[in-house]
Amino acid sequence: MVFAAIFAGGSGTRMGNIDTPKQYLELGNRPIIIHTIEKFFVNDRIDEIVVLCPKSWVAHTKDLIKKFIPAGKKVTVIPGGKTRNGTLENAISFINENYEVEDDTVLVTHDAVRPFLTHRIITENVDCALKYGACDTVIPATDTIVESGDGKTISNIPDRSKMYQGQTPQSFILKDLENVLLSLTEDEKAVLTDACKIYTLKNKPVHLVEGEVFNIKITYPYDMKVAATLLKGKESDD
Amino acid sequence: MINQVYRLVAPGMIEVSCTQPDITGKTLLRPVMLSICKADQRYYLGNRSAEALHKKLPMSLIHECVARVVLDPTDTFKKGDIVVPVPNIPTEDDDIIAENYRRSSHFCSSGYDGFLRDYIDLAPDRVVKVPDGIDLRIAAFSELISVAVHAVSRFEKFSHKRKNSIGVWGDGNVGFITALILRAVYPESKILVFGTVYEKLNYFAFADETYHVDSVPKDLKVDHAFECVGGEASKYAVNQIIDHINPEGSVGLMGVSESPVGINTRMVLELGLNLFGSSRSGKADFERTMDILSSDKQIAGYLENLIANEITIRTVKDIHTAFQRDIHTGFGKTVMKWEK
Repeated sequence: MVFAAIFAGGSGTRMGNIDTPKQYLELGNRPIIIHTIEKFFVNDRIDEIVVLCPKSWVAHTKDLIKKFIPAGKKVTVIPGGKTRNGTLENAISFINENYEVEDDTVLVTHDAVRPFLTHRIITENVDCALKYGACDTVIPATDTIVESGDGKTISNIPDRSKMYQGQTPQSFILKDLENVLLSLTEDEKAVLTDACKIYTLKNKPVHLVEGEVFNIKITYPYDMKVAATLLKGKESDD
Repeated sequence: MINQVYRLVAPGMIEVSCTQPDITGKTLLRPVMLSICKADQRYYLGNRSAEALHKKLPMSLIHECVARVVLDPTDTFKKGDIVVPVPNIPTEDDDIIAENYRRSSHFCSSGYDGFLRDYIDLAPDRVVKVPDGIDLRIAAFSELISVAVHAVSRFEKFSHKRKNSIGVWGDGNVGFITALILRAVYPESKILVFGTVYEKLNYFAFADETYHVDSVPKDLKVDHAFECVGGEASKYAVNQIIDHINPEGSVGLMGVSESPVGINTRMVLELGLNLFGSSRSGKADFERTMDILSSDKQIAGYLENLIANEITIRTVKDIHTAFQRDIHTGFGKTVMKWEK
């Protein structure tokens, strides 16, 4: 089976004065989170969807799904954790408790605030996770990446041709992911917030899936403007 | 839902647009394979008038497609059904005028977005199920086959019953498919094909006779004919048909020309010919196409020979590769396996 875990845990603290978490803001004709869920809903490689959101938003999220998402694929809403790793653990626990996990069960994790992902990105994530065990969606870096140890002076400028910008989804064979997370100490868990980074530190290969420049993460008010602009232009005519 | 649509913004330039189709009451499809038509190439290469390009672009190309149903709130189709989307979209009913001739109808990839997109949303009555066992590469260009089927269906309506011999002028894809459909519908008739390239004429092995247009016997006559040439050469084809057709024959005009075509109307009048136009197709033609493809395996075998290029599409660059490859393909269809 292939599960999609949509992480909607953001509190919206970075969206200026708006109190609503950014994944619930309207983009076009519906909330951002719904656009994102729809992409997994229509992709036939995804069997079930788990949405992880702040506890206080579970009821609202369920209402939105009832309103916008038709029947046909199970979409479950559960509370996320306090940290990204906590949310990931909640997703794994939910699947373990409710399903029989096989050696080839795949978990595709995705940010709710990246509604522009494409069919290909999801499909290639599933294929890569099955083939290689883990994968991360990336695009080649266009800006030069500058490293600074002290935040004041440059300590290193890596070769840009080897640099990529991480997006989501990140996808894993679920059993492997669980074992890797179990191997972390509490201190490591607090610091290592990216599952692909954990894999890399544990010397486990993570394959690259080609993302899209427009698969943006809606984090700041500026991103909302970009997202709205992406949806403008000549509408589909039929 | 946010959909990604791959639009031609200027000749040779394709950009991704994000749209929000209203899928209420629609069937949602995921393209499986798409096929390039000469009409798409004319837009891609900029071989349309500046006015037409200005009016119609940006627009996603491609109206030949086979797809898989991913969602159907109307319960008309099952998830996973293999179907063909009908690019002709009527906006009003008419008991007399066929849907593909109504001036109010929309056509995907001519003024309206074509099927080069991540998902296609269509009313369920614009979707036709593909029977099991049909090669999806052939189903990809079933729209083109349906155009030939439509022309033959009109021919059945307009032509007199003596059909000892039917001539097809044109040795390209449309000529090939039209001759093949005539072969299937009229197994007793003699099918003659007229072309300009010997190598292409060799592909028409199912026809009774093939002729180079420069060496047609003077006394050769056909009862009816189809013109599948188009462009500037239409004039020569139509006038050669008039020279070689028996009185009261029907002539189906199928070739698209950007300029007016001069026709020997004196002989059209003298012979009492029936010239009829045929363009595009409607849902009924798609359904008949599926019947023909599933009942006549030989036809499917010949159509397989028409597949010249198969290109997997993962990126916009791959779409360009497919169009470039298609430009340099003298005969046959370019089929794109859609993994974008």
